[in-house]
Amino acid sequence: MKHLHLVPTGTKLDFISKKFIFFAFSIILIASSLGLFGVNGLNYGIDFQGGIMMEVRSKTGPADIAEYRSNLSDLGLGEVSIQEFGEPEEVLIRIQRQEGDEKAQQAAVEAVKSVLKDTVEYRRTEFVGPKVSEELFEDGLMAVTLAIGAILVYIWFRFEWQFGMGAVIALIHDVISTIGIFALLGMEFNLSTVAAVLTIAGYSINDTVVVYDRVRENLRKYKKMELPELLNMSVNETLSRTVMTSLTTLLALLALYILGGEVIRGFSFAMIWGIVIGTYSSICLAVPILTYFTLRRSDDEDENTEVEKVEGEGTV
Amino acid sequence: MVYFAKWKIALVIAVCLLGVAFAAPNMFDRNTTAELPGWLPNQQISLGLDLQGGSHLLLEVEAQTVINERLESIVDSVRSSLRSERIRYTGLGKTDNIVHVQIKKIEQVDQAYDLLHKLDTGSETTVNGHKITIALTEQAIIDAKRSAVEQSIEIVRRRIDETGTKEPNIQRQGDERILIQLPGIDNPEDVKRLLGKTAKMTFHLVNHNVTPEDLATGRIPPGTIALPDAENEQRLIAVRRKVEVSGDMLIDSQPTFQDGQPVVSFTFNALGGKKFGQVTTQNVNRSLAIVLDGKVISAPNINGPILGGSGIIKGRFSVAEANDLSLLLRAGALPAPLVILEERTVGPGLGADSVAAGEIACLVGLIAVIGFMILSYGRFGVYADIALMFNIILITAALSVLQATLTLPGIAGIVLTIGMAVDANVLIFERIREELRNGMGPIAAVDSGYKRAIKTIVDANVTTLIAAVLLFEFGSGPVRGFAVTLAIGILTSMFTAIMVTRLLVVMWLRRNKPKTMNI
Repeated sequence: MKHLHLVPTGTKLDFISKKFIFFAFSIILIASSLGLFGVNGLNYGIDFQGGIMMEVRSKTGPADIAEYRSNLSDLGLGEVSIQEFGEPEEVLIRIQRQEGDEKAQQAAVEAVKSVLKDTVEYRRTEFVGPKVSEELFEDGLMAVTLAIGAILVYIWFRFEWQFGMGAVIALIHDVISTIGIFALLGMEFNLSTVAAVLTIAGYSINDTVVVYDRVRENLRKYKKMELPELLNMSVNETLSRTVMTSLTTLLALLALYILGGEVIRGFSFAMIWGIVIGTYSSICLAVPILTYFTLRRSDDEDENTEVEKVEGEGTV
Repeated sequence: MVYFAKWKIALVIAVCLLGVAFAAPNMFDRNTTAELPGWLPNQQISLGLDLQGGSHLLLEVEAQTVINERLESIVDSVRSSLRSERIRYTGLGKTDNIVHVQIKKIEQVDQAYDLLHKLDTGSETTVNGHKITIALTEQAIIDAKRSAVEQSIEIVRRRIDETGTKEPNIQRQGDERILIQLPGIDNPEDVKRLLGKTAKMTFHLVNHNVTPEDLATGRIPPGTIALPDAENEQRLIAVRRKVEVSGDMLIDSQPTFQDGQPVVSFTFNALGGKKFGQVTTQNVNRSLAIVLDGKVISAPNINGPILGGSGIIKGRFSVAEANDLSLLLRAGALPAPLVILEERTVGPGLGADSVAAGEIACLVGLIAVIGFMILSYGRFGVYADIALMFNIILITAALSVLQATLTLPGIAGIVLTIGMAVDANVLIFERIREELRNGMGPIAAVDSGYKRAIKTIVDANVTTLIAAVLLFEFGSGPVRGFAVTLAIGILTSMFTAIMVTRLLVVMWLRRNKPKTMNI
């Protein structure tokens, strides 16, 4: 039986010689992400901004968005955004944070309910007061920063500092470009997006570690080989695994994106983007960056003997 | 022969069987599992509020109110003790948790200090020239706030229990917050209305000497305060500051009817009943104001002594208002007002839809990954798929046993795990392919593939685990659910992808002793 080989055996793609193309692409990506973030900002959800979000389903057939808009704008609640949510009957109402304290938010929820009354099913009502939203924002920022820091330390500990630097540059690249795509598309950035970003961080590093592991192994095996050639070889040897894993993960995430419902869609989108960009950065950034560092090749005699022992043991 | 210790084989099989046993209750509905004998695993995954529908409320106790009240009572005590000793003073008041007063005559300062420094045991009194300041100690403030929060939790619990809400979860969060989770409540307005009132009830005598003109101009004698009428807040009523009897002495309160009007009956405990009897005996033909949260509900005339320790409150209530008031009086007053900081309510419809969508996504993702693995690795792909099924069983079992809450992002975590779980197998299989290409025999290649890949697998998974731990630490609600399933998924997938597939591969190698291998 012939098995599927996504990456043909013996593939020898030259990634390292094209590193300037990748670097240029990534620099443009980062710069435009930061630019978009600066100009558009992020469409923060109520988690980080405070405010009110209600998801309602009309009991009387498809919802008339215009009617909702005119009814709710009379309440004087400031900016009210009303949009269809997945199905024609469903409407997502977002109301900006009300002036004043928590009680004012509460009053706004009641005002909306008094207008819509029983014509709708209240599927979801969320309101986040200013205090909590500030804390959630700080916590989210803290979590992402700490995650990047902790991963740097771990890689440093397991490999060497050069690898740690390479991995973290790739990681920051992934995180910034994810923020960029959210700024570009104006998709809601909320707590689950932060969860997605952190998972992307973990995943992207996962990919990078696999390639780095191979680089380290090859550094010990081929002490005379030129670094660019060695890096290319390492990427190519792990390429089929990288592609396979990205594909299976993408398959699962696509199922979630398409079938998982409206509530989870932003989250799955962020993850899908993260997998794609994470795979790219592991191969095209994390590895070529290593050419700028001097990598040690000695002090691993014990490792070699271990490998030989493994081979000796495997006979029948 | 490929070495795989007997105890390891036993362990792998045991873990898998336990997984099946603990995951099994989720196949049945709750009524069926409840009838199972006690020794069988019967715990099911508990669904988060976003999946089963319900209301999540985060409240903050305005504990500073308690401190302010305490400071005010210190101010009152300072006033009365200085007056009784005829010590003249000015500038009595409080700013920022500190009570201060200026003693006019310097020679009386020591005497004043002796009086004042024992007014409140949790305070520190300092003298600076004519000025005496009384500050609550840090510890006293912390203790007072803590006890206010603890008491609030108790009262909140009683009030929610009174409404008949099933399985409420009420817990303290941080220093001054209370998290309330109400499964199945999709319209928490009733609960929020009940929690929005402190329900402090006190009985005061009305000061009949104060005329409406005095009230309008604000000329009110000391010891008397003007309180708004609950019906019509423009209308003020002058009552004596002194609390004759207070609501914390109530033991029961019920809504009832009198002359066709909804009213609220109440019964005092022995001490309260005695006090109430005294007040009503000594003040016949005067009015007794019933004050709730700073507003006068009613001020009926005392027609004669009430000695039975019980009475009724008439106040032009609707039936619902009478029910609410009696509930609040039964449950007791909150020591401080509560503010709702955050509310997240999901209706049962959306919850059920999310579960259904999550299940379909899981299933489709699973089928796609299973098919893909078989296409890529043939027999070995089947092994990886068997491991994947066990992985899902183990996640289910772990969530059931730990009684971790499954949320919608949690389901996403499982779907993600399905995609990522096969990664370890991909790493191993790719390695085996490589070793075969390098000319190794099947058994040596398998051995070397597993041994070499494990290090990479651990390194790669630890980083994702780091992210999961931080998410759990800093995330809230549903995001924590995601972190939990992600972390569990990483651990179980490492076990199944390495141990379970290895067992299957080794068994196959032993039985067939192949000369060549197609992977």
